[in-house]
Amino acid sequence: MKKIAIVAYNQSDCVSWAGATNEVELIMPVLRRVFDQVGLNNAQDVDFVCSGSCDYLQGAAFAFVAGVDALGAVPPIKESHVEMDAAWALYESILKIRMGHADSALIYGFGKSSPGELPIVLSQQLDPYYLAPQWVDSISLAAMQARLMLDQGLITERDMADVVARSRGNAKTNPHAQLSGDVSVEELLAQETYVSPLRKSDCPPVSDGASAVIICTVEKAREWGVPYAIISGIDHRIESHNLAMRDLTDSVSTRKAAEAAGVGAGSIDVAELYAPFSHQEIILTRTLGLTDKTLVNPSGGVLAGNLMMASGLSRIGEVFNRIASGEAQRGVAHATSGPCLQHNLVTVLESA
Amino acid sequence: MANLAAVVGIGQTKYTTKRGDVSIAGLVREAAVNALQDAGLVWDDIDAVIIGKAPDMFEGVIMPESYLTDALGCNGKPMMRVHTAGSVGGSTALVAASHVQSGTFKRVLTVAFEKQSESNAMWALSTPQPFSVHLNAGAGGYFAPIIREYMRRSQAPYDVGIKVAVKDRLHGARNPLAHLQKPDITMQEVEDSFMLWDPLRFLEACPSSDGACAMVIASEDLAAQSPKPPAWIRGVAMRSEPTMYAGREEVNPQAGRDCAADVYQQAGITDPRKDLDCAEVYVPFSWYEPMWLENLGFAAEGEGWKLTMEGATSLDEGGDIPWNPSGGVLCSNPIGASGMIRFAEAARQVRGDAGDHQVEGAKLALGHAYGGGAQFFSMWVVGSEKS
Repeated sequence: MKKIAIVAYNQSDCVSWAGATNEVELIMPVLRRVFDQVGLNNAQDVDFVCSGSCDYLQGAAFAFVAGVDALGAVPPIKESHVEMDAAWALYESILKIRMGHADSALIYGFGKSSPGELPIVLSQQLDPYYLAPQWVDSISLAAMQARLMLDQGLITERDMADVVARSRGNAKTNPHAQLSGDVSVEELLAQETYVSPLRKSDCPPVSDGASAVIICTVEKAREWGVPYAIISGIDHRIESHNLAMRDLTDSVSTRKAAEAAGVGAGSIDVAELYAPFSHQEIILTRTLGLTDKTLVNPSGGVLAGNLMMASGLSRIGEVFNRIASGEAQRGVAHATSGPCLQHNLVTVLESA
Repeated sequence: MANLAAVVGIGQTKYTTKRGDVSIAGLVREAAVNALQDAGLVWDDIDAVIIGKAPDMFEGVIMPESYLTDALGCNGKPMMRVHTAGSVGGSTALVAASHVQSGTFKRVLTVAFEKQSESNAMWALSTPQPFSVHLNAGAGGYFAPIIREYMRRSQAPYDVGIKVAVKDRLHGARNPLAHLQKPDITMQEVEDSFMLWDPLRFLEACPSSDGACAMVIASEDLAAQSPKPPAWIRGVAMRSEPTMYAGREEVNPQAGRDCAADVYQQAGITDPRKDLDCAEVYVPFSWYEPMWLENLGFAAEGEGWKLTMEGATSLDEGGDIPWNPSGGVLCSNPIGASGMIRFAEAARQVRGDAGDHQVEGAKLALGHAYGGGAQFFSMWVVGSEKS
């Protein structure tokens, strides 16, 4: 199978309120920066474009259509869109390259979550007949998951606070982070609970922004003469929507995706996990079998800034950055979608 | 070079105004089960599921694939959700095909649906947006001025649209799954129906339907083992352009012309009217038949309406290039599925499995979908032979 590489990544600052900046204006600067990283003019210089976004964040049908305005799609381009995190747009682009219909692809994701009440909006992702009418929000579902783990003795609240403290500390070196700084576990535990057992710090901030990645064949990467990381494996799996049918303390779909992507075939220097809630990072770390040798979420992860529909793509980009800069040889990126880690995508990246 | 892939199973629901007897999950499962039965397969034979639908607001469920995973036997498998506006049914089939054509999967299930009765499409399309002109016209209002411009340029007679409306409803009367069943429709009846968006009359517009369409797409080796003839995928293409830009050709969009040229080149088609045996083309409003006849190269610019008026696109008049033998979007329009129905009906034709609307001896067929402001296009060519 064709070797495919990542050659560029950029993400906007995660901001709590982008104000009057519209989606196209959020997208355009990150596209400009990934084009500049490779020396391209615009989307005409890649063979395929794929994006990820969600109409409900903007409150408009076909919200992504405006995204095409950011591309310079005249003359027309080969372009597609997934109503998923853009990590899945990257997956679709890989298939396109593997089948020989493209040598390069631009992938971008964007979300402006600030206009609505995100946890409530996401409640409408649930089964429309039995669950959505109860308006169970995403934080309450995650709280239930954390409670199960605490009750079974799988984690402590201190473990959760540990995750948050590390995220904030790591985010100090991430200029795009929304939340960063030195905070002690004691300080975090002293906070009152928000949706018990979750404290506000255990939950991701609501963020506006976009991110973009360019991938291509290794031959193309060499032709462009830019640093690159190889995508050595990628797979994604979904599991039941019925929360009662799942073991919420584990992530079966992540494990299957990791096996198929070949995570276990070598050591892992760095992992970027899309864990919107602190306890979910612990689930994912255990599921992926990560040890102390792996640097987890050096960017701060999504607890430091959560761009809906782009955070999964950003995780892949963050691992690419570590490999392209020589800090890491091999890394794992994870993306998630749906309530309580229902759908998970795992990517393995290696140095060239 | 892409791996060979073929459609080995097709399943559809009956299209109707309101399927009150099933949930959204029940609707998609019905189409999926029909496709599996058609392919002689069971759920375990499927490696991945690719689902498509138009905007989530049409049912009021955000990213409904999360909820539909159980109904579609996806647990533990990869599932993808495509959304490319009205072209989504076609794009979803193409993304599904790429799972196999890339050599990544052996056999996938793809499903597209819309259950429009769950919400109100006019509302969903008309939510006001900051800094944008508020459009409260629906799709017909958007396309009517473009149609008028086509009429002005081509000097086509006023009743071309009426003819298409009659022709597609007569086709639909041969298709038991079609939503509108109007075997006795006349030109006069269409002309007398009230004007919705001048020049489009009520009977020149598509209905609003509930329904789902599913296909099983398999690799070359597995397709060879299937009980019914496969429809080999001979070309796949998609193109996009912005909704508006200075100098945009809205009547005959460049994206459509480029997409057609690409898919024809892959399938070795030089003269589409001659080389293809039939076409299932996304015609939600009557006048889009002559317009797309030109855009897709079946007629020279300004001449498309002549094919329609001559009966070249009519099964009942023995035309040489039947368009929408299934009745098309003018008979059934579950929006998110409408594109996939075109792709599936093209495949039914080359499998020789289209029942009363079979085009005799069809060997090569085009499936077409478009969306947005006629700016997103997806197409495939399927054949009874591998090459």
